Amino acid sequence: MATTDKAQVVRAGKTYHDDLEIVREELDKCMKCGNCMSVCPVYGADKVETAVTRSKIAVAEAVLAGELELDDPQVYAMLFNCLVCKSCMTNCPTKVNFDRIILALRAALVRKNGLPWLKKAIFSTLKHPKLFDAGLRIGAAMQGLAFKTDKGGKAISPRSPFARVGGAIGFDEERQMPGLNVTPLRERVPEVVKAPGAVLKVAFFTGDSLNYFYPDAGQDLIDVLTANNIEVHIPKAQNCCGVPVLVHGDVETVRTLARNNIDTFDKTGCEYLITGCGSCGGAWQHDYVDILAADPVYGPKAEYWAKRTYDVSTFLTRIIKLREPKGRVERVVTYHDSCHLKKSMKVFAEPREILKSIPGLTFKEMSAPDACCGSGGSFVLSHYETSSAIGRKKADDINRTQADTVSVGCPACMMQLLDNVHRAGGQQEITHFISLLAESYRKEKTDKGSRS
Amino acid sequence: MLDQNIIEQLEALVGKENVLTGKVDLVAYSYDATADLPRQMPDVVVLPTSAEMVQEIVRLARRNKIAIYPRGAGTNLSGGAVPLKKGIVLSFQKMNAILEVDAANLTAVVQPGVVIAALNSAVAQHGLIYPPDPGTVATATMGGSAAENSGGLRGLKYGVTKNYIMGMEVVLASGEKVRFGGKTVKNVTAYDFSNLFVGSEGTLGIITELTAKLIPAPKYRRTMMGVFKSLADAGNAVAGIIAAQVIPATLEIMDRMTIRTVEDFAHIGLPVDAESLLLIEVDGMSEDVVRAEAEAVMQVVTGNNGDLKTAETDQERDQLWTARRNALPALASLNNMVVLEDATVPRSRITDMLIACQDIGKKYNLTLGTFGHAGDGNLHPTILCDKRNQEEVARVHKAVDEIFEVALRFGGTLSGEHGIGVAKMKYLGDELGQSGLNLMRNIKEALDPEYILNPGKMVPLREN
Repeated sequence: MATTDKAQVVRAGKTYHDDLEIVREELDKCMKCGNCMSVCPVYGADKVETAVTRSKIAVAEAVLAGELELDDPQVYAMLFNCLVCKSCMTNCPTKVNFDRIILALRAALVRKNGLPWLKKAIFSTLKHPKLFDAGLRIGAAMQGLAFKTDKGGKAISPRSPFARVGGAIGFDEERQMPGLNVTPLRERVPEVVKAPGAVLKVAFFTGDSLNYFYPDAGQDLIDVLTANNIEVHIPKAQNCCGVPVLVHGDVETVRTLARNNIDTFDKTGCEYLITGCGSCGGAWQHDYVDILAADPVYGPKAEYWAKRTYDVSTFLTRIIKLREPKGRVERVVTYHDSCHLKKSMKVFAEPREILKSIPGLTFKEMSAPDACCGSGGSFVLSHYETSSAIGRKKADDINRTQADTVSVGCPACMMQLLDNVHRAGGQQEITHFISLLAESYRKEKTDKGSRS
Repeated sequence: MLDQNIIEQLEALVGKENVLTGKVDLVAYSYDATADLPRQMPDVVVLPTSAEMVQEIVRLARRNKIAIYPRGAGTNLSGGAVPLKKGIVLSFQKMNAILEVDAANLTAVVQPGVVIAALNSAVAQHGLIYPPDPGTVATATMGGSAAENSGGLRGLKYGVTKNYIMGMEVVLASGEKVRFGGKTVKNVTAYDFSNLFVGSEGTLGIITELTAKLIPAPKYRRTMMGVFKSLADAGNAVAGIIAAQVIPATLEIMDRMTIRTVEDFAHIGLPVDAESLLLIEVDGMSEDVVRAEAEAVMQVVTGNNGDLKTAETDQERDQLWTARRNALPALASLNNMVVLEDATVPRSRITDMLIACQDIGKKYNLTLGTFGHAGDGNLHPTILCDKRNQEEVARVHKAVDEIFEVALRFGGTLSGEHGIGVAKMKYLGDELGQSGLNLMRNIKEALDPEYILNPGKMVPLREN
C-alpha cells in the first residue's frame, strides 16, 4: 500500500472500519457529477437517486454532519441497497473508493446498533468452521425435503409447500439453485495433491462456494493445476474468506477469519495463493490488507499474501505458461465478467485467453459482459426484486449471443445466472471457465485413448 | 413543510410509490453537479409517469403556491436543479420511453427522462446519431439537456441541443398542455417556441415530450493531436485549420497546467514542457474528403511548430483521447472543490482568453487549469480549492468574477453551455443590460406570473 493511500485506510491505530471519520476525505473526492448513474446496476433497476452512489455519499456527508442518524431506518435501507459490486468505481472520474465508504458505513452501523440476531447467529458459526461445516452438511442431507432436483441433477428448486411461503423472496418453484453437496471439496481431496514432476507448489484457497456448492469446479481447478505440473496444497483448516460478513459490517468476525486464514496459509510454505472466485481473491488482495492495516503482526502478513494471490487464470497465463489444451470442446461459449474478478482483481483478459485457446470452442462476447448480474452475495436474498430485474437484463444479453454455455469466474454469479437464465427461458449450461479447460484436458486423454 | 393533505393529493395523483418524503430521499434530491452551492432539501420528490400527471401536479402546486423544480438526471453545472425554495422536485427519471424512431423523417420522439446515450444506442441500428454530446451523455436526460441547451465536444461542426429539437410538448404554469413543432424540417408557424423553451432551464414550462432531429452517422474519421511550445502557435493552428476550410468535429485545447496535471495523474507520456495541446478529429461520409481534411490539419499543425501525433487504429485514437478525457478528473484530483466555468469567447480570442485565465489564476494565487472547446471558443477554466478554507474560496469568487469580466470584454458570453441557473444569475446584467433583464422578467412573468416554475433561477425573485 502506498503511504498516501495508507493514511486513507488507517489512522491512530484504527482503520476506516473502526472510525467513520477516516472516510471523510474519500467523501470529499465526490463531485456529484453523477457518472455513477450510468453503471450502477441498482440505480438502473430502481431509477431513483437514493439508489445511486453519489446520493449514498451525500447521505454519508449528512450523517457525518449530524443531520441524519446512521440508524434512521431509511439510511439503513439505503446502505444495504447496494451490491458492493464496485461498478461505480470503474466509472468515477475522481476515483472515489466507494467500497471503503460503504463498508465503513455498514461497520459504523453495526458498532452503533449491533448485528441483527439472525446475522449474528450465522456469522458466529463461520468463526467455528466445524460447526459451519456440520450445519451445511446437515443442510445437504436434508435439502431433498424442501427442494427437488432437476433432471441433470445439477440444480435444485423449492418443492411446492416451501415455494408457497418462500415465493416472496424468490423461493418459488421456478427458482433454481445449485444443490449442496454432501461431500464438500476439501473432504474429497487430500491436503496435498502431488503432480508428477511438479515444478512449483501453490496453495488453493477454495472459499465456501467452491467447497460446498461447486466442488466439481473446485476439483477441475485442482486437476488443471496438476495437469500443468503444479503441486496443489488445499489446507483443511482454511475457512470462509469473510467477504459475506464484511459487507454486513461485522469487521471483528472478518478479522478473526482473516487471521486464521493467514496462519493456515503461512503453514503451507507455498509461494502462491490461488483462488477461483473473485470475491475470495479480492479479499486476499485488498480487504485483508485494509482490515488488518493497524495490526502490527498480521498487517504485514496480509500485505505479503496480497502480492502472492492470483486468480487461477492469471496464474496459468501470466506466472506459468499454460499447457496448451488439445482436447476439442465443441461448445459456443460466452463469458460473464464477475464484478469482483474484474473490478477488484482486474482479471478479465486471462479467462478469455484461456477460453479462446481451447480447440473446438467458439467464443461469443455478450454485450456489456461486465455489467453486474445482480447477485451481490446475500443481496439476492434481501433484495430479490431488484436483483432479478438486474439479472433479467443479463439473461437477455446472454440469450442474444446464442451461446450454449455461459462461463464465469465466480461461484456467486454462477448461482445468480443459474436462476435468471432459467427464468428467462434459457437452457444454457452455467459453468466455471476452469471447468471448460479441465474438460479439454480430459478429452485429450480420451481422444488419445480412442485413437490408440 | 408541506401539509400532509398536499402529500396525500400527490399520492392520489401519481401513486404512493412515486411520492418520496423520507429525509434520505430529500437529501438525495437536494443538489446537482454544481460545486460551491448550498444544498436545499425539497419538501417532496414526485416521479410522474405521464404528461397528464404533470398537468395535475402543476395545477395543485399553483393552487397552493408551491414551487416546482423539474429535474432530469441532475448532472447540470449551474444549480438549475437545486430546489432553492423547497416545494416539489419533479423528477423525470421514470418517464424514460423512446416513443418513436422515424428513420424516414430522421426524427425521434422521446419522453424527457430518456438518457441521451440510450437514444443514441436506439438509433444506431438505423445508422443515425443524435449529435449533441455533453460530457454527461451517458447519464444526462433529453429533457434536462434540452432545458439547459447543453453543448459538448462536437459543437463547432454539429451545433448544440437547440439545433436538434424540432418540437415539444410542454406543460405551462397554468396547467395547460401545449404542443408545437414536429417532424417537418420547415416550420414557421407561430413564434419559434422550441427555441424559447430550449435553454429556459425549467423556468417557463415543463417539457413532457420532445421531437429530436437525427442525422446519418459519419462513416469515417481521423484523429490527430498537436503539442505546442507556445500558446500563440496553438492559437494560430486553430485559426489556420478554419482558414484551410476544415470544420473539425472536435477541436479541443488544453493549457500547460492541465497538461502537467494530466501527465502526473495518468502517466501517458505528454511533454510537460508543452504550453498547449490540441486534439483534433475530422469526420464525414467520404473517405477521400476525410483524408484530405486530415492532411490539411496535419499541415497546419506542423506549419505552426506543433509536434504531431496521429491515430491509425481505434486503440491509437483512444490513446489520443486519454489526455482530453482525463483533463477534468486530473484537475479535480488536486483538491476537494472543483469550480468549472464555461466562459466563451469568439474563436479568434481563444489564445487571449487562455492567457487571461492563467493571469487571473496567478493574480489570486489559485490552482487554475483551462481546457475546452477551442473550435467554438468555449473554454473551461477550472479552479481547484479547499472548500473548508473560506479565505481561499473568497479568492475563487473574485477570480470567477474577473473571468466573466474578461470574457465579456473579448466579445464573449457568460456561459457557452452550462447555463445561468443560480450560479451566474448575478452576472446577467453585465451581458444583457437593464433592458435585457427587463425582457427576461417580462417573458418569465408572461408565462409564469406566480414564479411557480424553478423559481430563483435565471430571473431573480421579486423582492416584496
